[in-house]
Amino acid sequence: MAQATRKTPLAKTPDPIAASRIAAQGHFRTLRLGTPFQPRLDALAKTQDWYNWAGYRAPHSLWDEELEYFAIRSQAAVFDISPMTKYRIEGPDAEAFLDRVTLRDVTRLKPGRVHYTAWCDDEGFVLDDGTLFRLSPTRFRLCSQERHLPWLLDSAIGFNVTVEEETEAVAGLALQGPTSFAVLRDAGFAGVEKLKIFDLAEFPHDGGTVVISRTGFTGDLGYELFVAADMALSLWDRLMTAGELRGIRAIGYTALNRARLEAGLIVANADFTTAEHAIRADRPRMPDEIGLGFMIDLDKGHFNGRRAILEARAKRKLRHVLVGLEIEGNIPAEHAIVYHKKSQEVGLVSAAMWSPMAKRNIAIASLVRPYGDTVVEDLWVEIYAMRELQYQKLMKRAKVVQRPFIKLDRRTSNPPADF
Amino acid sequence: MKAWDAIIIGGGHNGLVNACYLQRAGLDVLVVEKNDWVGGAATSRELTPGFLYSNCSYVCSLFRPEIMRDLELPRFGLQVISYEGGAVFTSDGDYLANYRDHDAHRREFARFSKRDAEAYDRYARDVTRQCRFIQPLLMRTAPDPTSFKPRDLGELLYLGKKFAGLSAEEMALTLRFWTMSISEFLDEYFETDVIKANFALSGIIGTALGPMSPGTAYVLLHHYMGEVDGSVGAWGYARGGMGAVTRALATSFKASGGTIRTGAEVDHVLVSRGKAKGVVLTGGEEIYGKLVVSNADVKRTFLKLVEEKELPDIFLRRVKNFKIRGSSGKVNIALDSLPEFPALPKDSPVYRGDMHFTDSMERMERAYDDWKAGRWSADPFLDMVIPTTLDPTMAPPGKHFMSCFVQYAPPKVNGRDWTDADRDGFAESVISQIAEYSPGFRDRIVHMEVRTPREIEAEVGLTEGNIFQGELTFDQLLFNRPVPGYAQYRSPVGGLYMCGSSTHPGGGVMGAPGRNAAAEILRDLAKSHQHMSPAHDVI
Repeated sequence: MAQATRKTPLAKTPDPIAASRIAAQGHFRTLRLGTPFQPRLDALAKTQDWYNWAGYRAPHSLWDEELEYFAIRSQAAVFDISPMTKYRIEGPDAEAFLDRVTLRDVTRLKPGRVHYTAWCDDEGFVLDDGTLFRLSPTRFRLCSQERHLPWLLDSAIGFNVTVEEETEAVAGLALQGPTSFAVLRDAGFAGVEKLKIFDLAEFPHDGGTVVISRTGFTGDLGYELFVAADMALSLWDRLMTAGELRGIRAIGYTALNRARLEAGLIVANADFTTAEHAIRADRPRMPDEIGLGFMIDLDKGHFNGRRAILEARAKRKLRHVLVGLEIEGNIPAEHAIVYHKKSQEVGLVSAAMWSPMAKRNIAIASLVRPYGDTVVEDLWVEIYAMRELQYQKLMKRAKVVQRPFIKLDRRTSNPPADF
Repeated sequence: MKAWDAIIIGGGHNGLVNACYLQRAGLDVLVVEKNDWVGGAATSRELTPGFLYSNCSYVCSLFRPEIMRDLELPRFGLQVISYEGGAVFTSDGDYLANYRDHDAHRREFARFSKRDAEAYDRYARDVTRQCRFIQPLLMRTAPDPTSFKPRDLGELLYLGKKFAGLSAEEMALTLRFWTMSISEFLDEYFETDVIKANFALSGIIGTALGPMSPGTAYVLLHHYMGEVDGSVGAWGYARGGMGAVTRALATSFKASGGTIRTGAEVDHVLVSRGKAKGVVLTGGEEIYGKLVVSNADVKRTFLKLVEEKELPDIFLRRVKNFKIRGSSGKVNIALDSLPEFPALPKDSPVYRGDMHFTDSMERMERAYDDWKAGRWSADPFLDMVIPTTLDPTMAPPGKHFMSCFVQYAPPKVNGRDWTDADRDGFAESVISQIAEYSPGFRDRIVHMEVRTPREIEAEVGLTEGNIFQGELTFDQLLFNRPVPGYAQYRSPVGGLYMCGSSTHPGGGVMGAPGRNAAAEILRDLAKSHQHMSPAHDVI
């Protein structure tokens, strides 16, 4: 057979689809994107202490991580949550679809409400946790740490629903702290006082709307605001102006992370490893193993992972448990090993701090059952405290305690207090 | 007359690794190399003034770091530099890049498919899991499943335990990975053609199979289990070209007292009463050795260097049927300036990575169709790198060396030997493909070396120019590599060992075959292994 010649000519002018792709090529020049609030953050970033949050340039701190924490607990703190992954899930079957994907009963989530939920793969391992906002009977927003589009689209087969990733299109702000309600009221969001914990509503802003929910990651009185990216700056300015006399401050992640730990909340891929990122087969966790068992609703129909979860419960295959610990002393036990009787290794601390609100040394730890489950006596943590290039090795008693570590009445009280 | 403790036939990287370990164990070792230089398929040659050519292998990832350390290769000049990803140019005027930054990688994929962009983590997780399963096997001698020797039973048990340690889902995935086509494997994760083509190339390189042929998924894995200094899966350039690997090995060998003779081609192995006694060079000179180790591929070793009468029939038949089919060639080019690709922004890091033009699975498979028909691919698959973008030692400032790995090239053209005219036609298929994406490319060419399977076999000695000394399909791996019953580096001829990539764990400039063969030889001689590091732990 004769040697053939090639015959696929290169396109001389790209078609429209290719043209729009080509227009987006330049992203490689900016490895860490700014969020829609970036101009405001940049102006306030005295420490220039940035970290990579899902490809965005996010602040660890803006001026002082400790003082930023106190802004959450005493005034009103603004934290940019735009990098959070967001999916818009819409259609006649959106409710049924989400009921099938997530652990909780979505039919009981009324329009105008939010719930904290999680979702699993077919083996019952947690893919992520996140918040589900019901914006209307047929429209939802799912917010999470990791990305799940293939999983969501594959699960959507057979449902009349569309799933769209909208992380870049929607900007998000958390406004948290005792004066957060007063700030919103003074900013002119009429009716915001009606929002009870986990309620959401739309409010007019800048010719469009902003969705405000009474939710947050601090265990404090607080709200989250979602707005189209092009209205982000005007929203920021509106809050800052209104909050000036209420001590409003922008903060970074370190302060928020302290508040969330006091609230006993967990962070995906910090306190547990998400199933799609776990390289080692023994690392993924079932909901019951990371304190999310309460979400599982066995009265509803099939949901992803149901069979595996039921089997693990029946056959007692749940190997781990996530607990709150109170540790003697005041030295944070971050990433310390947990022992039974000071000798047998039974787990690991994933987050720890001295809690200014509880005045206790607190931690979240994952333990191998029965420790932390039925055996809770005689637990210890070994803390390696580096002090001027020497480890001070401490063996401290740890007590399993309920989470949250702090409970603030102002988080849930109605009407919200005006501090 | 002097009898060396060991004679190594062939100064390729595995022969030199083997020689280094034996010499350091106290043996008096001679390496005989037919060319006037050492290196085998890991060479840097100045083919035109001022330009160093990595004219066979061209990138480095699989070379075991344990060997680099044991043999002090950094001290003898070896540096491996990690490079940025690369890209597949698309025929609609765009490209798909692979950025090292995780989020840039996702955003780049999202230009083509948001879904596939978010599917990458799952894919990476599964591939990483499989690599972690295989990696510890690379530096171990494969067990003989028919043997009842405690060591073989122990190794079998090790394999069994490792396999049993997998979850049910992982076991299923492992078996699928070892047997599936790369095309079907990628279908499990991705929907976009160019994204699949981007990954599939690792499944066909050096293999006389197409992306739709079963068994190619494993070949991809083979290319993912390397590392550059702990960055698993990363690839790099050896500073000074791939010859830096063998130059460092040769220097290390000589520093420990070893002897290398170049320009010394072995005509045959001296065998007496079923035992190797030395080698006879083409000039007739006899060199005696207590044992002989062949770095040549299994076909060349047993079909050319050993007389048939010395070998058992079944062994001989299996060697004859060993798949070591020619499937690729190389076009190595000296350029007087950096080529421009209008599709690629001038400041793109892709220039420093590997570039490809095959943007669909079908184009890739069609390229293979040509091979089956005994033709070189009309629309070839290229793996193209410009190492001088990161390595200033290979060309004068502003000038560049470009390496194009080209697939497919059949061992014979329409059943006859390659001619010079065929070689020129093959080169033209490559240059015209590049020129289509890079106008003016031809004008930048200062010098060019074209290597079809004919040239590679003639110069390097690889049968049919097969870069892996035998295909990496599962029927030829582990205790079946190169042939059942002889997977432990020994041969039917007493005192004659194999250390080339025809043996476990295969090719890709790993050095592991040479090292593992040395371990077996030292075991037979009851010598210490203390100078050989065990494989790094995979934790």
